[in-house]
Amino acid sequence: MSDWVEACAAGDIDEEDVMRFDHAGRTFAIYRSPDDEYFATDGLCTHEKVHLADGLVMDDIIECPKHNGRFNYKTGDARGAPVCVNLKTYPVKVDAGKVLIQVG
Amino acid sequence: MIIGAGECGGRAALTLRDLGFEGPVTLIGDEPHLPYERPPLSKEAMASEAPVIKAIASEEFLAERSIRHIHSIRAVAIDRAARAVQLSDGSSVPYDKLLLATGSVPRKLPLPGLGGRCVYLRTFNDALAIRAHLSAGNRVAIIGGGFIGLELAASARKLGAAVTVIEAQPRILMRGVPAEIAEVIHEAHEAEGVSIRTGQGIAAIADKGAKVTITLADGQNIMADLAVIGIGAVPVAALAAEAGLAIDNGIAVDEHLRTADPDIFAAGDCCSFPLAVYGGRRVRLEAWRNAQEQGALAARNMLGADEAHAAVPWFWSDQYGLTLQIAGLSDEGRSVVRRDLDDSAFILFHLAENGRLVAASGIGPGNAVARDIRLAEMLIAKRATPSPEALGSQAVKLKSLLAA
Ligand SMILES: Cc1cc2nc3c(=O)[nH]c(=O)nc-3n(C[C@H](O)[C@H](O)[C@H](O)COP(=O)(O)OP(=O)(O)OC[C@H]3O[C@@H](n4cnc5c(N)ncnc54)[C@H](O)[C@@H]3O)c2cc1C
Ligand code: FES
Repeated sequence: MSDWVEACAAGDIDEEDVMRFDHAGRTFAIYRSPDDEYFATDGLCTHEKVHLADGLVMDDIIECPKHNGRFNYKTGDARGAPVCVNLKTYPVKVDAGKVLIQVG
Repeated sequence: MIIGAGECGGRAALTLRDLGFEGPVTLIGDEPHLPYERPPLSKEAMASEAPVIKAIASEEFLAERSIRHIHSIRAVAIDRAARAVQLSDGSSVPYDKLLLATGSVPRKLPLPGLGGRCVYLRTFNDALAIRAHLSAGNRVAIIGGGFIGLELAASARKLGAAVTVIEAQPRILMRGVPAEIAEVIHEAHEAEGVSIRTGQGIAAIADKGAKVTITLADGQNIMADLAVIGIGAVPVAALAAEAGLAIDNGIAVDEHLRTADPDIFAAGDCCSFPLAVYGGRRVRLEAWRNAQEQGALAARNMLGADEAHAAVPWFWSDQYGLTLQIAGLSDEGRSVVRRDLDDSAFILFHLAENGRLVAASGIGPGNAVARDIRLAEMLIAKRATPSPEALGSQAVKLKSLLAA
């Protein structure tokens, strides 16, 4: 399996918010949920390849900034038109105040 | 059964299946295509080398869900007594519930002399025909400084065509867009080399052979290889009118999107409905998300949900690197508060006399205004009365106002 990559410090993301993380030519979105857990998905919407990190996080939903397509960022499930293709998710862990993601 | 296989009709059909409806679903459209998205037609599709259609669902997807899509055929009459729809191929299809999602069509320019070089943009086929004329060195005249015309102007510039926009009103985007934002868009177009002629009526058009000559009210002539007319849209409501249903700026429906006939619904660009967020003011929207939401709502109500429309209108437009987003209807507002964001993006909040936030209009590069417009939309839906100071200060997070 591929490596764990350090994405940011745990405090870099507010609760119920999202941050963009670029790594090795790819782009990811890292989330901090209202109950203080961290998650990661592909950074681009499956509708028109827009950066999800500009979108709004509400509970476990990330809403795309472009046309308000919705995904559950914990599972990657597409949750509302116009998006119908799920987002890929990545394992995340917090270690010594750092957020690490496993870019598979 | 659904008449009109566009954004709204397509979403309605998919929603019926998502909700577990097992009876037959028939989607009738007069275009030769699968249900597809129109917004890219003036944007990405127009600016690309070979425009591709962005279908809402593939043929397989529709087939898997047993949605019968009849294309290239028009519904010509509704027989309410027999509960059947007559089609242009002479056949007749029975219905239990009927949804009219017939959309809108471009308003025609009421001038003589229009020929093959004066065109409109609504369908994918229109887009292909226009695209064929947009190349470096060609001249395009766009009649009407509304969204579709301006997006098309931006796409035409990307392809190197010379563009003139002619607008009869004193400024572009008169309808629904605050002057401060229209100005930003105006400047962006001029910076990209578009010539914008506002306050200019058209005296005459000569469309002969491969050239169009447009004579403005002040006597000047504008020569073009193609003229695209974008002066608004009119609802497609004749079918409903002939069936005796009420028409009021489109097919008139109630908050459940139902006509006076309990088995017939209408949704999307073709209908006018009471907008609950503004105390039931009757409006007709020409917006993509509305078409989607109303398609889904009509589907739920056809299955007996009895759910009232509650959404806040929302619209976006892309021109060059700029995106504009508007939540709510700004003409409901009496005063304006400006909030500046990073990268010279800004949002105008429109407040009613009683302090209620009724609309928000934002513009900026990329998705700079998206998040705050979305939060504003939720505030509007909540009928919130946030303080003008909080709205105007970038330091105050809109999300915190929502919780308040
Ligand atoms: C170029 C362009 C750009 C746009 N950009 C944006 C944007 O950036 N943002 C935004 O919010 N909105 C935008 N819109 C508006 C948005 O696309 C519409 O609001 C939306 O398509 C409306 O969906 P609808 O299903 O109600 O109607 P339509 O999409 O018009 O679909 C109606 C369909 O019904 C068919 N039909 C009509 N009568 C019959 C009949 N008797 N029998 C069979 N079929 C029939 C029509 O041919 C059509 O295919 C844009 C529109 C255009 C044209
Ligand atoms: S780009 Fe994300 S919903 Fe369209």
